[in-house]
Amino acid sequence: MNRSKRRTGRRHPLATVALLALGLVFTGGAYAAFSTGTAQAEAAPNSQETIDEGSKLFQANCATCHGLDAQGTANGPSLIGVGAAAVDFQVGTGRMPMQMSGPQAEKKPVQFTDEQVKQLAYYVASLGPGPDIPADSLVNGGGDAANGAELFRINCAMCHNVAGAGGALTEGKFAPPLTDVTGVHIYEAMVTGPQNMPVFNDLNISPEDKRDIITYLQYVQDNRSPGGFELGSLGPVAEGLFIWIFGLGAIVAITVWITAKSN
Amino acid sequence: MSTATPTAPQRRSATAAASNYIDERTSLSVFVKELGRKAFPDHWSFLLGEVALFSFVVVLITGTFLTFFFQASMAEVEYDGSYVPLKGVEMSVAMASTLDISFDIRGGLFVRQMHHWGALLFVAAIGLHMLRVFFTGAFRKPRELNWVIGFTMFILAMGEGFTGYSLPDDLLSGNGLRIIDGMIKGIPLIGTWTSFLLFGGEFPGTAIVGRLYSLHILLLPALLVALVAVHLLFVVVHKHTHYAAPGRTQQNAVGPPILPIYAAKAGGFFFIVFGVLALIASMFTINPIWNYGPYDPSPVSAGTQPDWYIGFADGALRLIPPGWEFVWLDRTWSFNILVPLIALGLFILLVVSYPFIEAFVTGDKREHHIADRPRNAPTRTAIGAAGVTFYAGLWAAASSDILATHFRLTMEGVIHALQAVVLIGPFIAYFIAKRVCLALQKKDREIVLHGYESGRIVKLPGGEFIEVHQPLDEYDRWKLVSYETNQPLMLRPNDRGKITVAQKIRAGMSRWFFEDRIAPVTKGELEASHHSSQH
Repeated sequence: MNRSKRRTGRRHPLATVALLALGLVFTGGAYAAFSTGTAQAEAAPNSQETIDEGSKLFQANCATCHGLDAQGTANGPSLIGVGAAAVDFQVGTGRMPMQMSGPQAEKKPVQFTDEQVKQLAYYVASLGPGPDIPADSLVNGGGDAANGAELFRINCAMCHNVAGAGGALTEGKFAPPLTDVTGVHIYEAMVTGPQNMPVFNDLNISPEDKRDIITYLQYVQDNRSPGGFELGSLGPVAEGLFIWIFGLGAIVAITVWITAKSN
Repeated sequence: MSTATPTAPQRRSATAAASNYIDERTSLSVFVKELGRKAFPDHWSFLLGEVALFSFVVVLITGTFLTFFFQASMAEVEYDGSYVPLKGVEMSVAMASTLDISFDIRGGLFVRQMHHWGALLFVAAIGLHMLRVFFTGAFRKPRELNWVIGFTMFILAMGEGFTGYSLPDDLLSGNGLRIIDGMIKGIPLIGTWTSFLLFGGEFPGTAIVGRLYSLHILLLPALLVALVAVHLLFVVVHKHTHYAAPGRTQQNAVGPPILPIYAAKAGGFFFIVFGVLALIASMFTINPIWNYGPYDPSPVSAGTQPDWYIGFADGALRLIPPGWEFVWLDRTWSFNILVPLIALGLFILLVVSYPFIEAFVTGDKREHHIADRPRNAPTRTAIGAAGVTFYAGLWAAASSDILATHFRLTMEGVIHALQAVVLIGPFIAYFIAKRVCLALQKKDREIVLHGYESGRIVKLPGGEFIEVHQPLDEYDRWKLVSYETNQPLMLRPNDRGKITVAQKIRAGMSRWFFEDRIAPVTKGELEASHHSSQH
């Protein structure tokens, strides 16, 4: 007798749940497909719709400090003429909206979707001319790494360190590490000069040279050190700390072992 | 005539024959007999000097390999090796050949990294070895001169390190040289000319790498090897110190003989040090010159620091407040450079002459072969702690920017805190260390007199609870009671009835050294305590 194979003619008790789940997946999936479709249509830059959406987002999230017309207040600078690039950088890296006042706005999880970031960017861009979000050909790492490395050492390394590991500035400010920053954001930072960073305009460093710098940084990101673990690429301080703690530590442990009395 | 030789009636083994052959021609057996029976006391801290020696050997071996491929020339070439982000970049031959060692010579990067890691370990081991010698008083008569020789080697090792750091002619080494150049130029009167002499004209010139190379591979290593030989000769002549224990006196050295036990251990230990360095070199990047790129006087990277052993000098420069430079007599006087130079010079002078200072204060002319436990020389230990704090403050200051970013502090806050550490810290460390030493000595007295707490609580018939104290065994007690204390010197007029100034100074310093002291437990006290505890 095999009881489990007996047919009862009744539905499995979980069948309702399964059906419900199936239904939800289909409707949800269909809605998602539909809505992304419309979103792509909406993200066309500079369309009035995009700007209107951006304006609404701005009123809700940014106007407290930057003013209702982005004209600036005592708590935040005017955004007229900063361009789409500045907004894409600040909001796209999570620096804006700012979490708290401090020496500088810090990177944190991004608060908006890519689409919303673009809407905000084009709204601000519509207020006055400014640097635009760079074309893909400038940020995809297709340039000359050797030229980029040299330009990086001359223009950037004094704050960001030669390997892009970051460095200290005065009064608690700092140049962040560039080890996981996208090409677009590096380019935008160069043209807009966020926080304490100077602006490197196109006369100062040409767009092609900027592309080369990004190429170099992406080379460093993609190719880990041939010598082994980098110890944070921080230079001799990390190396000295390592030899004292791990090198000499290991050696001292061994001297204790060698001279230990046998039982 | 067929007369058999009178000797060698029986057959001998090949080893015996060979050693006999050598001995008959060199009298080597005299040395083997003498040295092989030398006792070498066993304690882990006695091996630190060996770590320094062994890492020096590793550095010599790897350095020899590097000389085959390194070219100490500052002629300009266009790099055409395998590292893509430097392809086509103008650089000196020195930099290009170092890149070739790193990327295009088989095993080159491994040996280069082992050389550099070995150098860092070399100086670190010297530092720890010196601390051991200082805190155990192993620099006292007859070893004062060996302290001076050892300290000279420490300075030479720093010189070796710095010249090596400057050879690849990358951005980091050039920045380091620029700081040295600035320090030299900051010396009044002779500074500028000395800099011109060193660099063969205005910085950076085209001569410095070749000159440093001669120092790095010829002069400094030769001096170091010679001093190592003298240092070791003195260790043999003086015998090694040992810690107090039954049977160990000021006249003997107790430990396993060099042959076979100690030699086997030390030989094996060399390969362990070699192995540790090889492991580190194979797994961890050091001085990635390909990141730094060729030297160019305009860029300076964030996080530019010297190797750790020069850090204290860099830190001293960083800690000087702004505005210590002024024009007087139509000359710029850079006290922001002169003050650190003078302060560090005095510090080095103090460290190197410490054995003589202490000998002057104690007036002790005896030989000392039993090393002190640091707690039993509270003032010396406290002075050492103050020196370590001073050095550590300067050392930490060299990484002020890294401290600021990684602990999320302001750079100014870090600098001000470290200024306080360097100026006030030594005094705090002095008093804390001295109090801790005296407290530990009191604890030792307590343990000798009353035994240690056994954790066993006993209820007496009268209802009283007591904890049973276990008496120490004789061997443990020996360590705790066999030390000497010095009394402060009494001021007495000399035979002409005068008290000289030198005597007054000595008496004052002696009072400073020995005013606070805990006397070791005497035999009488011990018997009295045993007597009382039996009732």
